[in-house]
Amino acid sequence: MDLFIEGDPIADTKAPEGPIETRWDRRRFEAKLVNPANRRKMTVIVVGTGLAGGSAAATLAEQGYQVKSYCYQDSPRRAHSIAAQGGINAAKNYRNDGDSVHRLFYDTVKGGDFRSRESNVHRLAEVSVNIIDQCVAQGVPFAREYGGLLDTRSFGGAQVQRTFYARGQTGQQLLLGAYQALERQIGLGNVEMNARHEMLELIIVDGKARGIVVRDLVTGEITTEMADAVVLASGGYGNVFYLSTNAKGCNVTATWRAHRKGAYFANPCYTQIHPTCIPVSGDHQSKLTLMSESLRNDGRVWVPKAKGDDRAPRDIPEDERDYYLERIYPSFGNLVPRDIASRAAKNVCDEGRGVGPTKLGVYLDFADAINRLGRKAIEAKYGNLFEMYERITGEDPYEVPMRIYPAVHYTMGGLWVDYDLQSTIPGLFVIGEANFSDHGANRLGASALMQGLADGYFVLPSTIANYLASGPFDKVEASHPAVVEARADVEDRIQRLLAVDGDRTVDSFHRELGQIMWEHCGMERSEAGLRKAIDEIRALREQFWQRVRVPGDGEGLNQSLEKAGRVADFFELAELMCIDALHRGESCGGHFRAEHQTPDGEAQRDDEHFAYVAAWEYTGTGEPSVLHKEDLKFEYVHPTQRSYK
Amino acid sequence: MAVTGLLLVLFLVAHMLGNLKVFTGETSFDHYAHWLRDIGTPLLPHTWYLWIQRTVLTVAVVAHIVAATVLARRARAARPVKYAHRKKVQGSYAARTMRWGGVIILLFVIYHILDLTTGHLNPQGDASNPYGNVVADFAPERWYVTLFYTLAVVTVGFHLRHGAFSAFRSLGQQTPKGERRARTGALVLAVALCAGYLVVPFAVLTGLVS
Amino acid sequence: MNLTLRIWRQKGPEDKGRMVTYQVDDVSPDMSFLEMLDVLNERLILAGEEPVAFDHDCREGICGMCGLMINGDAHGPQRGTTACQLHMRQFSDGETIDIEPWRARAFPVIKDLVVNRNAFDKIIAAGGYITAPTGSAPEAHSTPVAKANADAAFESAACIGCGACVAACPNGSGMLFTAAKVTQLSLLPQGQPERYTRVIGMVDAHDEAGFGGCTNAGECTVVCPKGIPLNTIGRLNRDYLAATAKRGDTPGT
Repeated sequence: MDLFIEGDPIADTKAPEGPIETRWDRRRFEAKLVNPANRRKMTVIVVGTGLAGGSAAATLAEQGYQVKSYCYQDSPRRAHSIAAQGGINAAKNYRNDGDSVHRLFYDTVKGGDFRSRESNVHRLAEVSVNIIDQCVAQGVPFAREYGGLLDTRSFGGAQVQRTFYARGQTGQQLLLGAYQALERQIGLGNVEMNARHEMLELIIVDGKARGIVVRDLVTGEITTEMADAVVLASGGYGNVFYLSTNAKGCNVTATWRAHRKGAYFANPCYTQIHPTCIPVSGDHQSKLTLMSESLRNDGRVWVPKAKGDDRAPRDIPEDERDYYLERIYPSFGNLVPRDIASRAAKNVCDEGRGVGPTKLGVYLDFADAINRLGRKAIEAKYGNLFEMYERITGEDPYEVPMRIYPAVHYTMGGLWVDYDLQSTIPGLFVIGEANFSDHGANRLGASALMQGLADGYFVLPSTIANYLASGPFDKVEASHPAVVEARADVEDRIQRLLAVDGDRTVDSFHRELGQIMWEHCGMERSEAGLRKAIDEIRALREQFWQRVRVPGDGEGLNQSLEKAGRVADFFELAELMCIDALHRGESCGGHFRAEHQTPDGEAQRDDEHFAYVAAWEYTGTGEPSVLHKEDLKFEYVHPTQRSYK
Repeated sequence: MAVTGLLLVLFLVAHMLGNLKVFTGETSFDHYAHWLRDIGTPLLPHTWYLWIQRTVLTVAVVAHIVAATVLARRARAARPVKYAHRKKVQGSYAARTMRWGGVIILLFVIYHILDLTTGHLNPQGDASNPYGNVVADFAPERWYVTLFYTLAVVTVGFHLRHGAFSAFRSLGQQTPKGERRARTGALVLAVALCAGYLVVPFAVLTGLVS
Repeated sequence: MNLTLRIWRQKGPEDKGRMVTYQVDDVSPDMSFLEMLDVLNERLILAGEEPVAFDHDCREGICGMCGLMINGDAHGPQRGTTACQLHMRQFSDGETIDIEPWRARAFPVIKDLVVNRNAFDKIIAAGGYITAPTGSAPEAHSTPVAKANADAAFESAACIGCGACVAACPNGSGMLFTAAKVTQLSLLPQGQPERYTRVIGMVDAHDEAGFGGCTNAGECTVVCPKGIPLNTIGRLNRDYLAATAKRGDTPGT
């Protein structure tokens, strides 16, 4: 293949040796410390204020570091972690149902389809219990039982009830907890908060990450910000598909800029497609809305047996309906994991049995549950979700079955980090969804919140000290050649975007890119499709730089300019995603290759050839990236074929 | 606002009960009016209590107005650019008319004092015969006085409907159940006071009291 | 659907601003309100005009970033709904729709429909938290919380900080926002130690930011997309009265 070059494998992930349950303790003990007086002399930049970034900035400030925090939203409270609905996993075993740190570790490695690092996942499971304590102390109003103790519920991929929740707004409540801790530090003067600022470049001095170039989105001013270390907590890149459940502003720019400066990008092709989203209603669609997975507890998924059956759902008799999940997966039925449910929906739609105006949808029917439990009970359980559905679609799900379709939801890939969450650039740390570390090829429900907060509250604040112990580093002046160059690059790029003055809008390019990605790098990928996608992306990227129209100038608020910069980076990322998907000749988790399936259509993993993390090194736009493999060793969890039949 | 408002409400209740004595006949009503001047005697000299009460009420009224003015000025400062398109306040009519209602009530109170306390604007104006003053005031041919009085009392009713609820809230009424009670209480109070005050002029108007 | 939009256009904080009329045709009733604005913006860009700047992010009603005064109604005519979740089927063909930014001294306009809501962050920074540095937390089950209190705390915690309460308040007051946080934290045992310093700090920050005073008009709770109840303000008042009474003997106030 001419698309990439294979480089040296990654030798050291810095994970300590020894029994897995002792590794995190050992790492913390062996790490160097920074004494409190020296902490005040050191500055850490944190980009992003979601669960990971918000909690990290607050915690680092509590420890005594000077923190500068950046977010593109108007307030740190608006980061997209806020939209997480379901819950957060923790191995508290309050239910006495056989849960333990080891079981959470095991479930997460298995759920990730054996493509994550055991040491990291075990640490995540250990820290999970502290997160709940921390959040309760902050006043997060988790759901409680009548006795006043915390309630938990079950979630996909686990047989124990370990998911803590705050109605359908767990992400919001956890984020507000972190945000309040952050605001407290802002009030105390320990954090300098820069809302409506976007990071556009990473500054590397003497091989170390020493700062960032940011644009003030209100004034348009471009400044260089220096620090002793940089932490990226800028989230995932699901918006490369244009339509996703991500917020409109979610972007890859911070991590992609770091990648271009030398940080490896790991497993970019691992994307999670969530099965229960409200289908696209027309060309105007700007984003997709998730309907909680919990709906599948009581709703039955079906499509008509006959192709092109246009009758209203209630007019289709029972024996002409195909409850396909119950038919194909009798033991798990409607509760199969996300990747399986999503692909099954795609398959029935591909057969021409999809429903709704676009034929890209399946029914999620509550008629049986309403008959069995009564409308009241269903209202109590899902009332707010039903209302939301009605607001968006104008249909009453108590009367007409919901229509749902899968949508891009989360990206497991991200910047490669070692056990310390440090990227391949010294001094550049990456946390939360922005890194690749803990979920392997598929993330379990309620694990994203756990990982974001584990990284931000507990892991990073310990591991970054080991790096900063060799500081404070020499002060870098704004006149340093590396700083001047980074700044000039940003200014030049903005000028280039403004100068094109073509005849197409940024959104029209983004939408077209998204269609290519969804078609060829979405729920099912094939060699031919991916090769076609790469060609199409390259051609479209060229068009973009010749025909995009960005109105206005770089001074002041210019939302089109913001979007243009983000889409330009998505183009480059999209190509790498396709290359990664193309090179991974197996199906695992969120990555399903048509060529690699079992005779009955299930994902076929290839542990012999692909039990590794693919970490990509940037060599220039249009140049082949270099692939570095990090072999995955499984000492505690033996890889098996997942089966839900 | 809440504390001064509640003081004024207490006065309104007492004043209304006094007014209703008009139905007990001329002698009884005039006796009541004179007795007011003797409350506290012999501990306090003649009319001292009344003057103490008048002072307290005046202070309350002034404080109430000052607080309202401060709030109104803050509200104006808090929104320097007005909306081009503004929907009516959806909370309640009463809440929306607090400020102008307050001004109307103030004007009425001034008139009312000049009318029935000092007698300057009263057709009879005999301090020794308040009963006669009332009857003369609301005589059928002076229907416009009754109309103005009615409007003012209804304004007071609206003012109280929101004011009493708001006062409870400002003093820390905090549960949803309590809110329902406070709203109902405020409504009952407003209606009762309106009825209590209006029954007198209408009794005169219809000749029930003469 | 064909619509006439009258939109507030303001180049920057110093510009005076004015309402500008636009015609938008072929609007699908399935579009969200913001998607309708997207359509207008795409057209404006291709016509060489400046698109309308408006804040939005999650477009699923939870981040609190969007905020538009639509026909004089904060977040538009549908109750319990943010502007991003409002759909065009709520409007009728041929309608004229007025779109304005939140108007309050504490929320200065940055551009067009975009305002600066930093004042809310300052209110939180002045006490809207529980001091619990990372690592210091006791075991989560060491303090049970009565379910009723936990549920009521959640109800207040559902605030998304969008500012509709301020936009709709006849006094331009941010009391519902402030009270929601005070209520959440003072209902929980973890929030007790800072209960009185918190309410004083937050109310002071609220007043300093230039918000108006509360007169319990109740407009805020009507437009609140998350239905934060008005009685939270009573809770704030009660705490505030208690706090001011105790001011002398509460350390730190």
